Amino acid sequence: MIYLELIYVFFKIGVFGFGGGYAMISLIQFEVVDHFHWMTMQEFADILAISQITPGPISINTATYVGFNTAGILGATVATLALCLPSVVLMLFVIRFLFANIENRYVQYVFSGLRPAIVGLIFAAALLLMNTENFPDAGIGKNNFSIVICAATFIASYFYKVNPVLLIVLAGACGFLISS
Amino acid sequence: MNIYFQLFKTFFEIGAFTIGGGYAMLSMVERSVVQKKKWMTKDDFWDMIVVVQTIPGVFAVNTALYTGYRIKGMKGAICAALGAIIPSFVIICLVAMFFVEIRDNTIVERIFKGIRPCVVALILAPALQMVKSAKITLKTAVIPIGAVFLVWWCDVSPVYVIVASALGGVLIGAYSYYRISSK
Repeated sequence: MIYLELIYVFFKIGVFGFGGGYAMISLIQFEVVDHFHWMTMQEFADILAISQITPGPISINTATYVGFNTAGILGATVATLALCLPSVVLMLFVIRFLFANIENRYVQYVFSGLRPAIVGLIFAAALLLMNTENFPDAGIGKNNFSIVICAATFIASYFYKVNPVLLIVLAGACGFLISS
Repeated sequence: MNIYFQLFKTFFEIGAFTIGGGYAMLSMVERSVVQKKKWMTKDDFWDMIVVVQTIPGVFAVNTALYTGYRIKGMKGAICAALGAIIPSFVIICLVAMFFVEIRDNTIVERIFKGIRPCVVALILAPALQMVKSAKITLKTAVIPIGAVFLVWWCDVSPVYVIVASALGGVLIGAYSYYRISSK
């Protein structure tokens, strides 16, 4: 049953999605692309781009998009709500019982392990996106135009903090002008 | 104006106008929740950020749930969360409806050929910034490198990496605490 699968996957992503949007990319990628084959790595890159240029969180956007493509509006609703459900439950629990102890020693310990692991997960997500679908012209003897865009974006974003929306628009314009 | 509707509207606006995800919306939430609506003090706001970052899930939704719950309990939480979710839900449904049809259009295809490698860099850049802010040292570098190796090379689910690193953090933390306190 597709609805149950959607609920299961996005509920799981909601439960284990520590560390915000970028950290959740690798979780979503693993389930949606690798495991259930609901979209290709290329489509996943496209939805990440669309998420960056439209308002709203990446995880909500992916849940809605995957749900819609696999099972229509109802699928989109089910997937999005399943993603948020763990937060609703946890939030009640946290506000009622844990709130006073949020700076608790054990919470600190958990995050001392999680924080570096999340950095690794984000790198893994980026590496998994570096495939021939997203870099079709990479290689010796080819024009490597995609590598140039990737490197230029990286420099502009990391060193000069250029707005990502602007970078995506520029990259799209370059793609339109140069690629065939 | 009804308080439930106000909660919904406030987070609807935040959801509709913040591009770039979680942290980009922080200042907007602060402006409307603390300065304009005076739903919480600045101290309460920072307490909320700590809680919201600690629990898993979508940052924007967690913030909405927390604020709504503080003001009007469970019903308030749901109204605020729906406000935060609905704008992106509607936008992405529209995108999903039309994108499938225009995706194979040659112009769109050419544009996205440029965008895909750009997106990869937009994920790499914050990851590298986090290497600094997560205070990763030569000794702890084994954790992110291990995570990359397991997920990228060995196809291990990130869920296992998250569970293992959290457990590892607790074990190492508790052990070093025990050693210090037993001296």
